[in-house]
Amino acid sequence: MFIPRIIPVLLLKNKGLVKTIKFRKERYIGDPINAVKIFNDFKTDELVFLDITASKENRTIARDIVKDIGDEAFMPFAVGGGIKSVNDIANLLKAGAEKVIINTNAFLNDKFVEEAAEIFGSQSIVVSIDVKKSFIGKYECWIKSGTINTKLNPVEFAKKMEDCGAGEILINSIDRDGTMIGYDIDLIKSITKVVSIPVIACGGAGKLEHLREAYFLGSAHALAAGSLFVYHGPRNAVLINYPLKEELNKLLYKWE
Amino acid sequence: MKLVIIDYGMGNIRSVEKAFARIGLQPIISSDPKVINTADKLILPGVGHFKKGIENLRKFSLFEILNELVTKRNIPILGICLGMQLMTEFSEEGNCYGFGWVKARTVRFSFNNKLKIPHMGWNNLFIQRDNVLLKNISEEDLFYFVHSYYIICNNNQDILSTTNYGVEFVSSFNYKNIFGTQFHPEKSHQQGLQIIKNFVDI
Repeated sequence: MFIPRIIPVLLLKNKGLVKTIKFRKERYIGDPINAVKIFNDFKTDELVFLDITASKENRTIARDIVKDIGDEAFMPFAVGGGIKSVNDIANLLKAGAEKVIINTNAFLNDKFVEEAAEIFGSQSIVVSIDVKKSFIGKYECWIKSGTINTKLNPVEFAKKMEDCGAGEILINSIDRDGTMIGYDIDLIKSITKVVSIPVIACGGAGKLEHLREAYFLGSAHALAAGSLFVYHGPRNAVLINYPLKEELNKLLYKWE
Repeated sequence: MKLVIIDYGMGNIRSVEKAFARIGLQPIISSDPKVINTADKLILPGVGHFKKGIENLRKFSLFEILNELVTKRNIPILGICLGMQLMTEFSEEGNCYGFGWVKARTVRFSFNNKLKIPHMGWNNLFIQRDNVLLKNISEEDLFYFVHSYYIICNNNQDILSTTNYGVEFVSSFNYKNIFGTQFHPEKSHQQGLQIIKNFVDI
């Protein structure tokens, strides 16, 4: 029986994990390797690690941290953060990552994703798209950790990336990030409607019910979340957590 | 026991190596036919394009030595994901011939947007017959799959397990000394490690 993947997204800054709200107000969460160990115990489906200052600082996520994660993780994981060359990708995959996540440089370099998919195979290349609503309510893609507006339409860009050979699209709502009020279902649906590759929904999950909505109403193929898996309780105490398989099966098996 | 992971430039060898390290083994990773020739057991991993896999095997001069080891010397070999597909006779990915060690072929999933391709995520196995590779595995255990092509076996007795993703496809097979898993045991938590342990114990 196929159940969608439920994926914690962990943000790296200066070798520690942080959590943001609308890509700002970083709060320290803990040690990444410790988090991996805990997610191992929870039998988590997959992990995503993003170095959130890499593209801004014109560097790439450090190979060392990826190797340390790979040595510890019992499940597949993807990494992102300033990845801009085929060499970067080769190093990170060799260090132990299953997939790389490309955001800023997918926008800046037209041929990058195409080349990467050709060399490493589509299944290793995830294109992530960060989206903010403009003043008049239009969805627009932002890059460099949400600091530069490309003014591009996410639906068109997602289609383009699929054509270039991207294996998956990670669609992230900056507006919903860290708010825990639920995913932007309209945004997710707009992407899943037009591409045939898996779409990972991200941004806004605050309770398990939101995962269900994104899956059935948004047609997301996989559900990613940050706050949901690092906070617990009404005062958002830091606690790495993950739902039990039984809970997820019940939640995601059928829409009633 | 000398366990050799065949490095032919396809996919993440490191995870496979790590998985064996977790059960206390130190496998040798090699693309050198001379080293591979001394193996007691072989692992053929792989992620990526079938045709590129075959081309790389030829480029590293591994085609002949592997044929010899597997079909003449009956060295136990485990193919993972692309590795398993390469053991079949033919793949639609590149319209290319494989080793043909198992009477099977590799074909593309084709759905009309109801189910996404590739099959990416966790799924279970429907066990078709008792086998050393699947010892202590239950039909509730989930394994990590990521593939756009799947295997059809000519002979039912070669099928160890099937899995459902739009179609029922062969998720693991065994013919004589040849074993294959479409899923990634090295990325499938404890149950994946169990598969690896089982292969080591053969």
